[in-house]
Amino acid sequence: MSKKEWPLWEIFIRSKAGLNHKHVGSLRAADAEMAVENGRDVYTRRSEGISIWAVESKDVYASDPTEADSLFEPSDSKVYRHPTFYDVPDGISHM
Amino acid sequence: MSALFEYIIRLGDDSLILGHRMSEWCGHGPILEEDIAMTNIALDLVGQATSLLNYAGDVEGNGRDGDKLAFLRYDREYKNTLLVEQPNGDFGTTIMRQFLFDAYRKPLFEKLQNSADKQLSAIAEKSLKETKYHLKHSAEWVIRLGDGTEESHQRIQESLNTLWRYSSELFYTDEVDAELLSQGIITDIAEVRAEWEVTVKNVFEEATLHIPTNNWKQEGGRKGMHSENMGFILAELQYMQRAYPNMEW
Repeated sequence: MSKKEWPLWEIFIRSKAGLNHKHVGSLRAADAEMAVENGRDVYTRRSEGISIWAVESKDVYASDPTEADSLFEPSDSKVYRHPTFYDVPDGISHM
Repeated sequence: MSALFEYIIRLGDDSLILGHRMSEWCGHGPILEEDIAMTNIALDLVGQATSLLNYAGDVEGNGRDGDKLAFLRYDREYKNTLLVEQPNGDFGTTIMRQFLFDAYRKPLFEKLQNSADKQLSAIAEKSLKETKYHLKHSAEWVIRLGDGTEESHQRIQESLNTLWRYSSELFYTDEVDAELLSQGIITDIAEVRAEWEVTVKNVFEEATLHIPTNNWKQEGGRKGMHSENMGFILAELQYMQRAYPNMEW
């Protein structure tokens, strides 16, 4: 018996038309087709989605956690980037 | 006993017993993902059994509902095929049993969608969506295992050799079918069989599996004559209702 593990896949689900695919978790599958099917079985049992993307985890290029200081902290002090300095006129809803 | 009741019981019992067999895998699947996939299939089948047996109870009109039919009949009153009561064996045997069944159920539900019986046609339409996925799942696994390693090929070929003898009973017909055929409630099973044969041939070809040349067949389930497996299944299935009559949870 081979002890080799199947590759890991990242699963993304679109919950309804017009929304983006969101990462929901990861699973093991022998190939892309099986990854989509396993994604269906594992992550859409309660009507969570209408579309599935599967990406092999090794193909995800991620930021380096040790660089988090330089990557993300600078934006903490730039509150002016949030559009919170405008007066919303009366009668405008959904803002 | 009406032909319609008998026919729905046959369909419902196939779903119930195969669903029970699949549920035995819960927590024992070869990998977590497949464990969930098999449990999903089990739940689909039990759901189909619920619809069918509830409807059978309505047709009978004696106040029995799906639960009463599922949990309070004796083995001779169950009309499932021998195929679906066969033990799970290894994963490949379960997959092969499922594939032989799914390849029959898909064309069957396709035809039943046009049944003159509205309720049966509605159940068929809903179940067909589930069954198409079951077939995709089981067929892909048959191909993976058949055209996989030397060991997986040999083992699933053995499963096929064991289960093949039970496949012809899926197409069993008698006076029940003849009567419903004349009423436009079902279509000729030969059409279902023709599609089954094409599916089976194509998938086995891709899986490099050989259909056994030994054509000895085993039948009986449709008449209530079951294998020794049935008693064990019913003991587990019916335990609660027998031990605590009328309990609900």
